[in-house]
Amino acid sequence: MHFDSQYFIELFASGLTKGSIYALIALGYTMVYGIVGLINFAHGEIYMIGAFVFFLASSLLTVLGLPMWAMICIATAASIFWAGGYGYTVEKIAYKPLRNAPRLSPLISAIGMSVFLQNYVMLGQTEKYLGFPEVIPEFDFLEPFASTFSSSDFVIWVTTVIVMLILTWIIKFTRTGKAMRATAQDRTMAELVGINVNQIISATFIIGSALAAVGGILISSHTGSIHYYIGFIAGIKAFTAAVLGGIGSIPGAVLGGLVLGMAESFATGYFSSAYEDVFAFSLLVLILIFRPAGLLGRAETEKV
Amino acid sequence: MITAKDIRRILLVSGWFMILTLPILGMRVDPLSDNILWRLKNVMWVGLGTVVLQSLPHLWHLYLYLQAGMIRLWHHLMGTPPHKIVEKTAHRDSLINRVITNPRQRAILCAVVLTLTIIYPQVVNEYQINIMIMAFLYIMLGLGLNIVVGMAGLLDLGFVAFYAVGAYTYALLNLHYGINFWMALPLGGIFAGIFGLLLGFPILRLRGDYLAIVTLGFGEIIRVILENWIELTHGVAGIVNIPGPTFFGLGLTPSQKILYLYYLMVLFVVITIFVVNRLQDSRLGRAWLALREDEIACQAMGIDKRRTKLAAFSLGAFWAGIAGVVFAAQNRSVYPVSFSFLESAMILSIVVLGGMGSIVGVILGALILILLPEYLRELSQYRMLFFGAILVLMMIFRPQGLISVVRRKYDIDSIKAEEKEGGA
Amino acid sequence: MKFPLRNSAFFMAACCLFAFAPAAASAGDTIKIGVAGAHSGQLASYGLPTLKAVQIIAEQVNAKGGIHGKKIEVLSEDDLCKPEIAVNSAKKLISDGVDAVIGHTCSGPTSAVMPLYKEKSILVISPSATTPGLTKDKEYPNFFRTVAPDDAQAQVDVDFILDTLGAKKIALLDDKGDYGKSFIHFAKEQFEKDGRAKIVLEEGITQGAVDYSAIVQKIKRSQADVVLYGGYHPEASKIVTTMRKKRMKTYFVSDDGIRVQTFIDVAKKYAEGVYASSSKDTTSNPLAIKAIEEHKKKFGSEPGEFYLNAYTAMIVLVNAIDKADSTELSAVAKALRSEVVATPMGNVSFDEVGDATGIGYAVSKVVDGKFVEQK
Repeated sequence: MHFDSQYFIELFASGLTKGSIYALIALGYTMVYGIVGLINFAHGEIYMIGAFVFFLASSLLTVLGLPMWAMICIATAASIFWAGGYGYTVEKIAYKPLRNAPRLSPLISAIGMSVFLQNYVMLGQTEKYLGFPEVIPEFDFLEPFASTFSSSDFVIWVTTVIVMLILTWIIKFTRTGKAMRATAQDRTMAELVGINVNQIISATFIIGSALAAVGGILISSHTGSIHYYIGFIAGIKAFTAAVLGGIGSIPGAVLGGLVLGMAESFATGYFSSAYEDVFAFSLLVLILIFRPAGLLGRAETEKV
Repeated sequence: MITAKDIRRILLVSGWFMILTLPILGMRVDPLSDNILWRLKNVMWVGLGTVVLQSLPHLWHLYLYLQAGMIRLWHHLMGTPPHKIVEKTAHRDSLINRVITNPRQRAILCAVVLTLTIIYPQVVNEYQINIMIMAFLYIMLGLGLNIVVGMAGLLDLGFVAFYAVGAYTYALLNLHYGINFWMALPLGGIFAGIFGLLLGFPILRLRGDYLAIVTLGFGEIIRVILENWIELTHGVAGIVNIPGPTFFGLGLTPSQKILYLYYLMVLFVVITIFVVNRLQDSRLGRAWLALREDEIACQAMGIDKRRTKLAAFSLGAFWAGIAGVVFAAQNRSVYPVSFSFLESAMILSIVVLGGMGSIVGVILGALILILLPEYLRELSQYRMLFFGAILVLMMIFRPQGLISVVRRKYDIDSIKAEEKEGGA
Repeated sequence: MKFPLRNSAFFMAACCLFAFAPAAASAGDTIKIGVAGAHSGQLASYGLPTLKAVQIIAEQVNAKGGIHGKKIEVLSEDDLCKPEIAVNSAKKLISDGVDAVIGHTCSGPTSAVMPLYKEKSILVISPSATTPGLTKDKEYPNFFRTVAPDDAQAQVDVDFILDTLGAKKIALLDDKGDYGKSFIHFAKEQFEKDGRAKIVLEEGITQGAVDYSAIVQKIKRSQADVVLYGGYHPEASKIVTTMRKKRMKTYFVSDDGIRVQTFIDVAKKYAEGVYASSSKDTTSNPLAIKAIEEHKKKFGSEPGEFYLNAYTAMIVLVNAIDKADSTELSAVAKALRSEVVATPMGNVSFDEVGDATGIGYAVSKVVDGKFVEQK
């Protein structure tokens, strides 16, 4: 069989979309991990809550009769506010008291939080799937490529790149970012030089959660539905992506997401979609065998 | 006492929670008309609830204060000298540990627990017995994982994979070759142990969270293969009609079978406890502890890191495999969905909740986490909510787990004292 | 006051019995009916309506004095549609001494618990477990169901695809779940037996994934005329949306797992033209209208999935216990097989293996945001 380049490009595009989706969520994971060294299992749930808040706010604003663009802006702001609020509160309740506890305790607390938030939304809202408004219009200039990718794919790619750039900028060049890096390196030392560590950690959680909200809105608009369970499944994959890229590294999260998305897409296209998860995880194992700290992660030298 | 500042803080926090829950609990979209249904009453309840929760510590202080005042008043009236209130909290936590470390008390405790366990099925109905069998199963799983996570310090998020290997070993061998439970029991354990070795080799270099995600991936791989390799595993349709354990070829009535399975499980759990306990004190067990505390120091002391890690993985897996065989025999059917990540998280929660590395802790953890949701069944919809909340609360108030491990240590002073006596 | 079960033969009998029979039964004596299924978790929307249907009828029967003076007691158990939890639920129901069970919701758990019920000779009527083997294997004389099995449904879809759509190239897709997989398995057998169409693609997708564009590209490349999908609506709506966004006009045909209003609410305009098989239209059946009205009155909302199936199951069960004047398995099973009962799903009886006769399937198409049955 000859090589079908059109098909390859199509699979590449779908891999790009899937990868960007993973990357968007993985960024929040990796940020939190980089600074507090904690696997925040509830991150997926924040993403889900962000999507739900957007859904509720947009329904309310539509009833009130606001125009489309105003509705999207206000609902997005609401979604970011509440997702940030939940992220902040979750950290204060479930992680802050455990800063000096044994290493596994915050992990269990995070799993508990994740289960709690899922059921909280299920009971508070519904156990059914809900239709999510389409916030990304179909762009005319993308019509020639419609059979390969849609405008929502396009918006997701672009957003991922922008978000990554903004995040890198925040961490590299702003005061908060510098304080974050200092906290990541040595918490006690950072405190000694006058950094309010609690504030920095809260800021990390709020930024990470805001990112999750943006991801939640775009991805839900792409898939067209929301459900209380979406955060968990996406969360696990995003976490895998973060580890694959080297947890704690911002470009690593994006690279990890893309590698994972591509692997799944090509596995589906050229082999069988039944085994796409097997491919994804086998790839992870392989990469970690040769690079135990992930693709872009720096191997820590062991200190005695 | 409650000061104005406290009240302001309480109101602020409550207000914050009310804002937070406003969209999820306070609004809902009516699917038929797309209208917003406001349910502000829920939000009010949240506000009220948080006020009450926050006031509790203050009320407790108030109560203690009043109590102390009353006692002083009493003594004043009676003319007796007030004596100091004794601080009792200092050593309370270690009661169970004191019992365990004292051989005589331990023997009594074991005897009491064992007697209760043996009497238990005679006084309750079959459903309760079944729940207990489930709990025993998870005690075995918890103790198995305890070897890997608690003793050797290797975070394994895919433990359920070995459990699945054990369960499917029995199911498939029985389906194709008619092998009975007793034959399958060691085979399931051995197969799972081999899988443990296979997984162990490539990930020896990984540490901490990287190890965690690879094991998680391994668990998912096994499940997906079970789902899709239909020729071998029947896929999601599962394998049904697996016979329960036989009893010397005798036919048993259904209720006898349950009793038999129950006592069998008691036996397994006792054996597991015995073996794990012996392991803990063995050369290997000490090597695990050393590995957990400091890998580099451990290597410097001449412990073979690779072998020790592999031993932990395969032994833990062996135990999970055996538990898997029992699971298949108890449920009489196996399905891939039973071996999801959540199951791994559950077993890990048992170990961490109980107290890593502590056998008694794991037993308590399993009993709580398995029995609690069963008894919360009445609340059906809310039980997972409570489950999540309990995990978080437990970790906040007792991050070391229910039972913290007693570290074996030598009391230098008493040894010196002994030497002195001997020398004199 | 209107008689709630006016049209059913059972009710007349029950009414007469109540009027003339001496009050012999003791007050504490009840008939315990277990309802097991997904009452929470992801599949709760398939299991809760069953519980509601059973509650509604039990209330009505009890208001009329019960069956031969015995009141019905409903015991509900949540199994989350997970086999290992279902086993516990079943054991709980058994030790609570249930006389019959309506459930379980999903096929997997049902096949996991049937040996337990069989051991204790407890009658089970499932409103929604469709795996053909449950009846066709003749393993469980105590099992009945008020839903057509997968192979019957697959046949309806296959005939529709071949005869009405006239398709030549078929892509088969399933969600790797027990329901979808079994449905596709039988469809494939029937396509192969017929031989008019060629199967060009066969894939299983991962449930809950964030994006299905890779598999959609694969369908496009296979140049299939029809996609036959086995599974539930969440994945189906994502796949259809992606297909339509990629300007594919391929027909999308599926099972009753997607024939719910939620599917149309989620997929919106992209749902137009999708075909789904489901139980025959009951909207003109007065009993069905009444059953739905009762639900609205008691719970203030439209009933959910498998509500009418469960309603039917409960009606035939009450009738059979009444006719047999006992809760003993063989007597009730005999009554179930011999009686023809007017129910919201038509005149229902049961054949030798426990499948309902008189419950059939038809294919509907989404037109203007509504499912419309195709003649």
